[in-house]
Amino acid sequence: MLIFILKRLGVMLLTMFALTLVVFYLTNLEPNLVKLALSAGNMRMTPEEVQLWLENRGYTDPFFYRYFSWLGGVLTGDWGMSTRFDTEVGPFIAGRLAATGALMFWVMIVMIPSALLLGVLAGMREGSKTDRSLSLVAIGSTATPEYVSGIIFTVIFASLFKEWFGDFHLNGSAASATGRNGLNITFYNFTLPVITMAAYGMGYIARMTRASMAEVMTAQYIRTARLKGVSFRQIVIKHALRNALIAPFTVIMLQFPWLLTGVVIVERMFGYKGFGDALVQAAENNDIELLLTCSVVSVAVVLITQLISDIGYVYLNPRIRVK
Amino acid sequence: MEPLGFGAIFAQAFVELWLVWLVLAALMGTSFVLRKRLGLYGQLYDSWVGMVGLALVFFWVITALLADYVLPFDPQQQFASMKRAVPGAFTPEGQVMLFGGDNLGRDVFSRLLKGSQTVLAIAPAATLFAFMVGITLGLPAGFYGKIIDTVLTFLANLVLAFPVILLFYLLVTPGIRDTPIPTTMAAILFFFPIAFFFLFFYSRYKTRPDVLWMQLLAVAVVGGWMYMGLAFNSDPLGILAMDPNTLNIFVSVVFVNSPTVFRIVRGLTMDIKTRDYVAAAQTRGERPWYIMLWEILPNARGPLIVDLCLRIGYTTILLGTLGFFGLGVSPESPDWGLSISEGRKIWRSVEHVALPPALALMSLVLGLNLLADSLREQSLKD
Repeated sequence: MLIFILKRLGVMLLTMFALTLVVFYLTNLEPNLVKLALSAGNMRMTPEEVQLWLENRGYTDPFFYRYFSWLGGVLTGDWGMSTRFDTEVGPFIAGRLAATGALMFWVMIVMIPSALLLGVLAGMREGSKTDRSLSLVAIGSTATPEYVSGIIFTVIFASLFKEWFGDFHLNGSAASATGRNGLNITFYNFTLPVITMAAYGMGYIARMTRASMAEVMTAQYIRTARLKGVSFRQIVIKHALRNALIAPFTVIMLQFPWLLTGVVIVERMFGYKGFGDALVQAAENNDIELLLTCSVVSVAVVLITQLISDIGYVYLNPRIRVK
Repeated sequence: MEPLGFGAIFAQAFVELWLVWLVLAALMGTSFVLRKRLGLYGQLYDSWVGMVGLALVFFWVITALLADYVLPFDPQQQFASMKRAVPGAFTPEGQVMLFGGDNLGRDVFSRLLKGSQTVLAIAPAATLFAFMVGITLGLPAGFYGKIIDTVLTFLANLVLAFPVILLFYLLVTPGIRDTPIPTTMAAILFFFPIAFFFLFFYSRYKTRPDVLWMQLLAVAVVGGWMYMGLAFNSDPLGILAMDPNTLNIFVSVVFVNSPTVFRIVRGLTMDIKTRDYVAAAQTRGERPWYIMLWEILPNARGPLIVDLCLRIGYTTILLGTLGFFGLGVSPESPDWGLSISEGRKIWRSVEHVALPPALALMSLVLGLNLLADSLREQSLKD
């Protein structure tokens, strides 16, 4: 097991190295450097001035020399400077990650229980009316990306029926949640972003739970339990559920990379200043060091959740042994 | 004039699209009557989930094909007096804007219909290309295993570990069009379909040169022609062309989708290669590519067709995401994602601009998902 994890960590480091190299290469292409100079320096610079600006700041040094000096900085804990926000990248990203962490926490709180409930209820009697209608809900949810459901929810809760809800209407923007004095999360400014994100991911997890539950319900030991005269409720809760939840665990873990795109869309849509917003700002202004940090963080999230899902799968399912 | 009420708006929208309804009814009616003789496609008419899915998908396909005939307005035309006009408002000339006007006074309804063209031109084609790439690489990876598999799987995981949105920001920025990167990627990715068909015919008809040379010539001519037109925008006949914007989007979407297809094909191949008919073919002395393309691939078609449907829907969502961030679309294009993003900016004062494209995109993806679900059920029945 230890060797397995070490091997995976090795592959992870190799992947990160390759990906940062790609990001570094792409952000250092000639047109992107010009864009950086124009946005960070002066918009009305002539091509000669742009060249001078880049040379003065060391952007024209040899490629690998610059890449490895960045890498050296990272290894000693220095993530560089952001040209867009004019601050040190390390503490800045840490703050943004905390904000996104709060958003993700509430998304998970809403998404996972409702997805599991939906899937288990649909899968416990395969082919029934409940199954068909709940499956339709799940399919509908996977067909509604964040930028669509965000619009629909906002129209319904924040503008169209504003009068109906009176003082209780939800806020169509989460900008007030990330102020100067840290996070300020309230029911009014946070509900819409959270349900928007939860709605898209929920359908997929529910579908997987349903498939897994339906499969378990046809297993021999369930039939034995049923023939013994155990009540249906007992069978579902005591016998089926534990085995049926192995697959969804993996799916939830592998859902993280998808949620990342969702985070970017939702944060931009509702004006929430988190990690996704930082990523877009960095990409739009070609803020090289901030963008590199963003990609390191997101790739790490993807790979670590993959590793956790593999390890967790082994622990949950005693039939599988890692060589 | 007073704006129309909601009932009148929907009634008139229904009438405006009469041509689409007519074609849709004719197509689905004929298919329904002949469903027993139409194989897998006909079986979709056995369940109402499949019918609803087909109806939604066909509706948008037909709308995209006929959009230029049913548009009430020019989607680019701006009416100074119709800025943010409410749904059902009338222009000074007395024409009605069914879904109102957007921020620049353009007709939301016409832009909605026109926007379906971009989506339906790119999403299915890009998905098919991704399938060609994924199949051509996934079959040998699953079949041979060993070093080919290790290398290709590492590369696929590398792309998959990249957050989609970051990749798009890096690959679809305006600046990158000045570099040779999009064309190089196109040159590599668009080569796979040609290689696929070449191997497809070669592995089967190698021993019959009289049939083979004709097929290979056809692949070379048609493939080469499309290759020149799509990848290098230098079609000698001048029929096929892709502007740099579209090429950039197209290539990125293919690039993002291929690794997932690769993984699916690889997994299916590893499963199927243990079957008896593969062993039988090996005993007959068939070559590896014959076994992969003519024994394994046809038997993997069920899951692949289902995934194709789902993936077209997913690609539609991706294209919407790109438009939402304004990546790779010109500011005045009627792209759905872009319209949603434009409408979102003014949703505090008017809601109707963002809602129609949002619902349109959702209905198309929903149709594809229902279709995939129904196909899966049909394939389980067999």
